[in-house]
Amino acid sequence: MTQIAAPSALKPELPGTDPSEPRPEPATLQTVPGRPDRGGRERSPAQGQAGRTRRWLRRPGLLLSALFLLLVLTAAFAPGVLAPGDPYTGDSSQALQPPGTAHWFGTDHLGRDLYTRVVHGTSLSLRTALIAVVIALISGGIFGVAAGFLGGWIDQAIMRVVDVLLAIPSLLLSLALISALGFGSTNVAIAVALGSVATFARIARSQSLRVCQSTFVEASRSLGSRWHTTLRRHVLPNAAGPILALAVLEFGMAILAVSALSFLGYGAPRPAPEWGSLVSEGRNYMAAAGWLTTLPGLVIAATVLSINRLAHALGGERRRF
Amino acid sequence: MTEQLNPSTSRPLLEVRGLCSEYLTAAGSIPALRGADLNISAGEKVALVGESGSGKSTLSHALIGLLPENARLTDGTIRYGGEDITRWSDRQFRSLRGARIGLIPQDPTVSLNPVRTIGHQVMEAIRAHRRMSKAAARQQAQQLLDQAGIDRPAVRLRQYPHQLSGGMRQRVLIAIAIAGDPDLLIADEPTSALDATVQRRILDHLDDLAAARGTAVLLVTHDLGVAADRADRILVMSGGQIVESGTAAEVLASPQDAYTRQLVASAPGLTEPAWAPAPLPEEPEVLLRAEGLCRSFTLPARRGEPRQSVRAVDGVSFSLARGETLALVGESGSGKSTTAKLALGLEKPDAGTLLFDGQDITALRRGEWRQLRRRAQLIYQNPYASLDPRFSIEQIITEPLDAFAVGTTAQRRDTAAHLLDRVALPSHALGRKPVELSGGQRQRVAIARALALAPDLVVCDEPVSALDVSVQAQVLELLAELQRDQGLTYLFITHDLAVVRHLAHRVAVMRAGRIVEEGPTAALFEHPQHSYTQELLGAISGRQAPLHIAEVTA
Repeated sequence: MTQIAAPSALKPELPGTDPSEPRPEPATLQTVPGRPDRGGRERSPAQGQAGRTRRWLRRPGLLLSALFLLLVLTAAFAPGVLAPGDPYTGDSSQALQPPGTAHWFGTDHLGRDLYTRVVHGTSLSLRTALIAVVIALISGGIFGVAAGFLGGWIDQAIMRVVDVLLAIPSLLLSLALISALGFGSTNVAIAVALGSVATFARIARSQSLRVCQSTFVEASRSLGSRWHTTLRRHVLPNAAGPILALAVLEFGMAILAVSALSFLGYGAPRPAPEWGSLVSEGRNYMAAAGWLTTLPGLVIAATVLSINRLAHALGGERRRF
Repeated sequence: MTEQLNPSTSRPLLEVRGLCSEYLTAAGSIPALRGADLNISAGEKVALVGESGSGKSTLSHALIGLLPENARLTDGTIRYGGEDITRWSDRQFRSLRGARIGLIPQDPTVSLNPVRTIGHQVMEAIRAHRRMSKAAARQQAQQLLDQAGIDRPAVRLRQYPHQLSGGMRQRVLIAIAIAGDPDLLIADEPTSALDATVQRRILDHLDDLAAARGTAVLLVTHDLGVAADRADRILVMSGGQIVESGTAAEVLASPQDAYTRQLVASAPGLTEPAWAPAPLPEEPEVLLRAEGLCRSFTLPARRGEPRQSVRAVDGVSFSLARGETLALVGESGSGKSTTAKLALGLEKPDAGTLLFDGQDITALRRGEWRQLRRRAQLIYQNPYASLDPRFSIEQIITEPLDAFAVGTTAQRRDTAAHLLDRVALPSHALGRKPVELSGGQRQRVAIARALALAPDLVVCDEPVSALDVSVQAQVLELLAELQRDQGLTYLFITHDLAVVRHLAHRVAVMRAGRIVEEGPTAALFEHPQHSYTQELLGAISGRQAPLHIAEVTA
């Protein structure tokens, strides 16, 4: 599932390097401050404000995703604001209450408020996913850029390992690793990271290859710049865009993978309210209290979808500069 | 279809009156055409000349209803063959395109579908307007390719675009354009992506073809020289209007409009520039000497064949004195760019020696190689690709200074401002990004970057071939001026002899990896010895013009 990369993120596109679109040469050699950019995006601040609002309103899906993610982030950093109750203690007389005004998401078999548990579980799930993405981004990025920049047998060696990683389903890979590492949310993060290292390495390699072949990198080398300067100043900044867009996308995937592993019981030990384990706890009451699985599941789905939507927007924005 | 044999008595084939158009962008509407007028009679050859941004492409695309989505015609009429086609629908235009007006697009490298054979694409054009069996269409496609001047057309039909050279692909595009037997051909910069010699052959062929078929031609070009050679009438376009029109001789001899005068003055094949190359020093001191340079490349292995290698540079020797300009001229594949890279130490020669200021630089170690960079710099062909789009102009110019840790940050900033001044750009350009500059301005930035370390030798790899003709003249003048002031030595690589005529002290003509002729520029232009040099000289646009400016003013 980690192989679904944003198509927009894969398309290399360098603005302003298209020789077929030369700009008109002004007769006098002044720079051209007043001329709108090719897409006409040079505006006054007031216009920019109005334009921005209009652009958001024209994309309600993106607006909704952003608002939902804002809510999720609040839940992650200040869960008390959204759900002041205690996620661990419950009133057994209130067990298995359906969703209502008293309990928005209903209660579980111990009478704990499910909404409170989902909110308090957010930081746990997101943190694990974040660690996973950061590990994958850094290690995959290093391998990919090394492969693309150095080329030759190093490229061959790294990419063959990546091929092997891509050949194994990532969840299976994570499961195998986690049985070796042991349980716990950090280990889940490492296991999930291993599943998406290959994707990052591939994108990082293709991007750095693209940038390395561009004339300005050759120019930088021929000016006498050292290789690490060229790498730091030219290759990395120009390759970063699509890689970062992928990282956002992968973050959604990582939430899904982390939830899957904690559903299977490999995550933080109970009673920690990790999203995946909430779904798994509710599974035993499927017939009597369907909301116990449905609602946390929906929260996971909504989060992942919102992140995907955002990743696509970022990819698009990147392309347009 | 061809009853209008006498153009002088018949109505014009194409008649454009006061055409206005605008582009709608997020920032508002930008006018592109402001009342353009155009007349073309049957069988007439008309050239539309202007710089990029003058609206010439917008005009030519409006004629066949191929304007982009965000463009619209606001005023004026287009009449073709007596019919008003201004407000035609796309469906109606389809009956016009190909069948009655043919278009030869600009860039042969991207205008053919890479996954379809040549035959498929030509046959598609034939069958778009006539019901015809596949076999008959194939037969006719073969004839068309033959007419377009392609050898072995039967073989070419089965080939894919990437197997043909640029010139060959342009001929295929011509074949496609004439497939529907149109009365008017619009040629939109048909040869500006090609080598000078190929350019000439293709334009010659297009002339013959149009004359034989009685087709009218609208030649859109930025090069007044090309227009003067080819067209009965020249229309000069600037700022969305036709600012001048007349026969080639009239326009060249007595340009009325200020803009036309500037165009005439900057066309390299037509006029003498107001500047001259820097005088050579009295006692020339050899800066760079190359002896018997060789470099081969191995080609990718093909199935069932042994690996082959091609000799890009085959025994090249030259010497370059301090303060001198040597032009290496040849067409693509002649090995001139490889020679430049060898001279800079960016490639290692297989054989031969290179002496830079007395020092053997044939096999340098890494550290020495880097030190050489301080003294020999390169200016790239395409200023749209050689500048990092994320850098500011200041960062671009100070990059070589950073690389060798020259001076403090403040000093580097000062140097950058000074260099910008040297290349005649305002100092407030320092904070800008390359996208905000035009092509000529970007090339100036690239020149400033090359000069940052005060090198002795500057290798210019086709530094003006990506620029408009009038901008070319400005950049060449700048190079000459810098040479005069700073005693720079240039190794100038180009495919177009016209460009170096007034800049180079000596010219070396390269072909197939060897220097076939070398000599002082004036002597080489007056008395070319080698047949290939003669061919290159003949390919300079503007040479066939009805009269030369020099003769007019004399």
